[in-house]
Amino acid sequence: MVQGSSNMSLIQVRELTKIYRLGDIDVRALNNVSVTVEQGESVAIMGPSGSGKSTFMHILGCLDTPTSGRYFLEDEDIGYLGRDELARIRNQKIGFVFQGFNLLPRTSALENVELPMLYNGISSRERRERAMMALKEVGLEDRWDHQPNQLSGGQQQRVALARALVNKAPLILADEPTGNLDTKTSAEIMEIFVKLNSESNITVILVTHEPAIAAYSRRTIKFLDGFIVGDTR
Amino acid sequence: MRSALTILGIIIGVTAVIAMLAVGTGARKEIAKQISSMGSNLLIILPGATTAGGVRMGSGTQPTLSLSDAEAIQKQCPWVSDVAPIFSGIAQVVYGHQNWSTGVIGSFPNILVVRNWPLDSGRPFTQQDVKNATKVCIIGQTVVENLFGSSDPLGKIIRINKIPFTIIGVLSHKGQSAQGQDQDDTIYVPVTTAQKKLFGTSFPGMLRVIMVKAKSSEDLPLAENQINELLRQRHHIGRDRENDFTVRNLTQIMEAAEQSTRVMTLLLGAIASVSLLVGGIGIMNIMLVSVTERTREIGIRMAVGAKTWDIRLQFIIEALTLSLIGGIIGIIIGISGSKILSILAGWTTIITPFSVLLAFGFSGLVGMFFGFYPAYQASLLNPIDALRYE
Ligand SMILES: Nc1ncnc2c1ncn2[C@@H]1O[C@H](COP(=O)(O)OP(=O)(O)OP(=O)(O)O)[C@@H](O)[C@H]1O
Ligand SMILES: [Mg+2]
Repeated sequence: MVQGSSNMSLIQVRELTKIYRLGDIDVRALNNVSVTVEQGESVAIMGPSGSGKSTFMHILGCLDTPTSGRYFLEDEDIGYLGRDELARIRNQKIGFVFQGFNLLPRTSALENVELPMLYNGISSRERRERAMMALKEVGLEDRWDHQPNQLSGGQQQRVALARALVNKAPLILADEPTGNLDTKTSAEIMEIFVKLNSESNITVILVTHEPAIAAYSRRTIKFLDGFIVGDTR
Repeated sequence: MRSALTILGIIIGVTAVIAMLAVGTGARKEIAKQISSMGSNLLIILPGATTAGGVRMGSGTQPTLSLSDAEAIQKQCPWVSDVAPIFSGIAQVVYGHQNWSTGVIGSFPNILVVRNWPLDSGRPFTQQDVKNATKVCIIGQTVVENLFGSSDPLGKIIRINKIPFTIIGVLSHKGQSAQGQDQDDTIYVPVTTAQKKLFGTSFPGMLRVIMVKAKSSEDLPLAENQINELLRQRHHIGRDRENDFTVRNLTQIMEAAEQSTRVMTLLLGAIASVSLLVGGIGIMNIMLVSVTERTREIGIRMAVGAKTWDIRLQFIIEALTLSLIGGIIGIIIGISGSKILSILAGWTTIITPFSVLLAFGFSGLVGMFFGFYPAYQASLLNPIDALRYE
């Protein structure tokens, strides 16, 4: 079912195109993008504003669907999946980290981290334990009962990271995870990504505008006007 | 606060459901009680015809029922167990310095069986007393209170319309009738005594009413037919002429009484359904607002793996919680309201576990029904659109 290659890559994207129709004009956010990412890679995606980075990440994260093209995640053809199957993929295989954290307000850090496990039938006791462990991994176990508005930006992003890794997803996608953070906090967050990648073999794909952040990744893909214009290791 | 306003409709609706059932069951119970206090399986035969509209014309004025009619019914109708003729009037009763005006009823000894009314003390008068028109009487509790206070009336002589009567029995307490009359304000005497000695009449043997007790409730229609035939024959009424008497089934009379409480029940039912509907729409509205306000939250939940029904259930449960809180408050208000109603208006109200369960179930149904649409809307959102919603 995989065209061309028979080895099992984590991500295979073939001629992905995304067109937004705004009234009479078509905005081609992605143009025939093809790329392969292996399990355990760390990838930085760069490019000017409006070049299609976020659009690409949303499709990889099964949050959005392409206009045309195909996407295989662990050899599963995403294009054939229904809403609930996509939800299962997001739940089991993908952890998404957003620039704006996207935590539930008025909800403790622990409960935010537990959220993905609400949707795969894990007992409340195990949820508690695993969420606590994930918080420990991002160094925030002593703030487990704080609500997002009682946490700094860096701390909030750690909670989001803990939420992304709590279901042991093989892939973490991060769209400008340090975009709202200062240099020092950014470095701390990046250390966690590096640790997850090297120690747990989690594939990390992140979008950034800063070369210093991109430097934490072994591979850099450059976008321009919806095309991939560079792919260096 | 907004939620409190929203569930007001549910509260009113559930309160009305509870009140409706309380008034309904209470009235039914009360009527059943009154039927049994009147005596069960009763037929009442009145002189005079019934017009098509059911209004009796000149009732009691025509002397069409006689003692011999009553005796004939007793002898010739096998479905009838007891017959009690009634000849009654109002009389002045005097004992010592006390005097009291009351209804005096002349009848057979078995009137006590027919009316299902035991004696407190003493003995009933006998068939022999009827034959001899003896001046003996049985008196009700209200008469006892007004003439004797707390002293024992048995064996005392009272004057009824200036004629001395010996008290041989005292009736037990019976309370009010369906029409609100004090049933204990009465005196029973042998029917012949009433006819010959107390109330003069130009037609010897004339009766006001004949009360008949059928053997069982199934025999009631049979007994009614037999009586109709027998009396038509005795009164020489031709084939196509109307009866000069009316046979009434007591259950029919009670059904008419039940009709009026049914109107009340229907009214409350209408209030209940309208306010449950309004409450349901209110819940739907607040849930739609909530879905819009929490679009981002829905996006986040979808991003971490919430499926269609995870999202739907979340909002349905929220709607259900709102409506059930309204339901519980409504049940509390409904129960206390019914209590107050029964104290203020003197209605019997009965709250059964079934009615509480039904009201609770109704509020839950409303919550689920009206919560579904907002939940459905929420589940249709696109994850990325929901996440980017401002
Ligand atoms: N929902 C949308 N509707 C219409 N056009 C959109 C939508 N989302 C993105 N676009 C357009 O698609 C193009 C790519 O947008 P995208 O968000 O992928 O860029 P980006 O590379 O992430 O930019 P930035 O660095 O500013 O985040 C842009 O021209 C944008 O205007
Ligand atoms: Mg972007």
